[in-house]
Amino acid sequence: MITMEKTLLDLESGMRGTLIRFAGTPGFVRKLRTIGIREGKTLTVVTRHPLGGPVVIEVDGREVTLGRGMAVRVIVDVAT
Amino acid sequence: MKLVVLMGNPNVGKSGIFSRLTGTRVITSNYPGTTVDVSRGKMRLSGTPVEVIDAPGTYSLTPTNPAEEVAAGILAQADLVVNVVDATNLERNLYLTLETLERGVPAAVALNLWDEAGHQGITIDVAALEALLGVPVVPTVGLSGQGIRELVERLGEAHPSETIQPMSEEERWVAVGRITGAVQTIAHRHHTLGDRIAEASIRPVTGLPIALAVIAAAFLAVRWIGEGLISLVFEPLFDLYTPIAMTISDLLGPGVLHEILIGRLFDGEIDYVQSMGLLTTGLFVPLAMILPYIVAFYLVLSILEDTGYLPRLATLADTFFHRLGMHGYGIIPVFLGFGCNVPGALATRVLETKKQRFIAATLMSLAIPCMAQIAMIFGVLGPFGMHYVAMVFVTLALVYVVAGLILNRIVPGECPEIFLEIPPYRMPDLRATATKTWMRVRGFIGEAIPYLFLGILLVNLLYAVGFLDLLSVAFAPVMENWLGIPAGAAVALLVGFLRKDLAVGMLVPLGMSPEQLVIAVTMLSIYFPCVATFVVLFRELGVRGMLAAAGVMVTTALLVGGALRAVLIGF
Repeated sequence: MITMEKTLLDLESGMRGTLIRFAGTPGFVRKLRTIGIREGKTLTVVTRHPLGGPVVIEVDGREVTLGRGMAVRVIVDVAT
Repeated sequence: MKLVVLMGNPNVGKSGIFSRLTGTRVITSNYPGTTVDVSRGKMRLSGTPVEVIDAPGTYSLTPTNPAEEVAAGILAQADLVVNVVDATNLERNLYLTLETLERGVPAAVALNLWDEAGHQGITIDVAALEALLGVPVVPTVGLSGQGIRELVERLGEAHPSETIQPMSEEERWVAVGRITGAVQTIAHRHHTLGDRIAEASIRPVTGLPIALAVIAAAFLAVRWIGEGLISLVFEPLFDLYTPIAMTISDLLGPGVLHEILIGRLFDGEIDYVQSMGLLTTGLFVPLAMILPYIVAFYLVLSILEDTGYLPRLATLADTFFHRLGMHGYGIIPVFLGFGCNVPGALATRVLETKKQRFIAATLMSLAIPCMAQIAMIFGVLGPFGMHYVAMVFVTLALVYVVAGLILNRIVPGECPEIFLEIPPYRMPDLRATATKTWMRVRGFIGEAIPYLFLGILLVNLLYAVGFLDLLSVAFAPVMENWLGIPAGAAVALLVGFLRKDLAVGMLVPLGMSPEQLVIAVTMLSIYFPCVATFVVLFRELGVRGMLAAAGVMVTTALLVGGALRAVLIGF
C-alpha cells in the first residue's frame, strides 16, 4: 500500500488519514493532543465549511471542529 | 474546613456530580464551557463537613482561556480532588488525570457517563484502572445518581497516588496510551442512521437550513408559550386582582401613599403599564408582561443546551463570527445574553483572547436586548404593528454586525480559530430541564422584582423632588434636536440603567409616535448596559476595557439614534 503525506486541510469530506506529526508550537500540539487528536490516530474529515470556514473531523467516534489554520498544521498519511 | 475540588475535562458531567454530592443545584448542559465560574457547596465526608468546589472544565493544567485558569488555580488549594472522567472517552481524559495525580494530592476518579459508555460498546476494567492509577476509581452516572454513594464512601480512602510519579509531557502521552490499552475494550460499532442525521446538522449544505429552522422554531415556541401563559394564566389572575387593588386605592384615598402604592389613575381606573405604583405597575410588569416570556425562553434554551445542538450551531456560525473578530463559540454569549446579559457577559470567558472577549462583551451589551426588555418591546410596540418591532431588531442586528466588523479592525490582539469538541446528541431529561428552567426563572424573580420595586420607588421620589424635570431640561437638546424624541425620554434612559424593562414601560406615558418609540427603544438597548451587567463587565474587562466599551456604546447610540431619526422622521 502506498501512502502519501498530506495536511489535514487537503483531505476532502469523507477522506481519512493517520496522524503522523504536527507542524506547530508545543502549545498548539498540546491543545490538539489533549482533545484527543494525537499521533497514530485515524482522522476522518466530516465536512469542510466554505469561505475559509472550519473543518470538522471525527476521531475515536467524537467530532471536533477546528479552524483551517490549525488543520493545515496537522500532517496525515493517506492511503492511496 | 477541608476543600474537595471536582476537576475534569469540559462537558464530562462535573456539575451533575457536584449537584449529587452537595444537593446544591447548579446549571448543567450538554456543551463544553457551561461552568465558567466556580460553584461552591457543602457535603459530609466521614461525619465531618467539607467544602466542595465545582471547577470549570479544562483539558490540561496549562490553561488556554480564563475559565481554565480558574480551574488550574483552584487545584492548588485542594485537599482532595475528585477527578471526573468521561468513560466514553477515557484516553482523552487520562492526560488531565495523570497531571492531577502527579501533583501528589489525595484523589479519587469518578468514571462518569458509565451508562453511555455501555451503550457505545465500551468496557473498562475498573479494578485494573484503579491498580494502574493507584487511587480509588468508581463508575458513576451523574444524571441518575448511580455510583454516587460508593464514590462518597471511597473518598474516605483517597490518598496521593503511589504509582503515578511526575513525568515529562511526552512520557505522559506514552502513559496515557499504555493505560488505555490495558484497561479498555471497544466493540466495533457501525454508523447508525442517527449518526447520519447528526452529521447532517454540521455540514454546511444541510446544516444551515436546519439551523434556520431550529432558530425559527425556538423563536415561535417562545412566543407561543409566552402568549399562552399570559392569556391563560396571568391576565385572568390580574382580572381577579384588579378589584382588590381598586379597594386598596379607595381605602388609601388621594395622597403620597396612594401615589407610591397605586400610582396615577386614568379615568378613575388603574392602568397597569402607566400607573407607576408598586402594587400596580410594580407587580404587573414583572409578572404579567415579562415572567411568561422568561419562562418560555429558558425552557427553550434549556432544551437547546441539553440536546448538544449549540456547539454545532457554533461550528456553522464560525465563518461569520470570524469576520467580527470572534469565532463560532461567540454565539454562546449571544444566546445566553438573550435571556439575561449577566450570564451572557460571563460566558465570554469561553473565548481565548482579550480581543475576542472585549468584542463579544461589547457587541452583546450593544445589540442583544435581554428577554425582559424584549418582552416589553413587544408589549409596547407590538400594538402599533409588528413591523415596528421588526425595525428595532433589524437595526440591532445591523449594529451587531457593523460594530463587529469595525471593532475587529481597530481592536488590537489575536483572534485564534475555533477549536471545539462536538458533544453527542442527547435526549433532554425532562426533570433536569424543568429544574434548570425553574432555577433561572427563580433567579429572575429574585433579582428583577426587587430592582423593579426600587426603580419605581426612585422614579416617584425623584419626580416629587423635581429632579426628573431638571434632567429632562438638561438633556432636551440631545433628545429633541438629535434623536427627535421628547425630552422626558431622558428619564427613561436614566431608569434604564436600573432596569431596562421598566424603562421601556416608562416611554408609554410620553405619548410618542411609533417611529419615536422605535428610536427610544433602540437607544435603550444600545446606550449602556443595566447596572447588573455593568458590574460583571467591569469585572471581566477591567477599568480600561469597560471605559472603552462604554465609549463604543455611547458613540454607537448617538450615531444610530441620529440615523434612525433621519430615516424614520426626517429633520
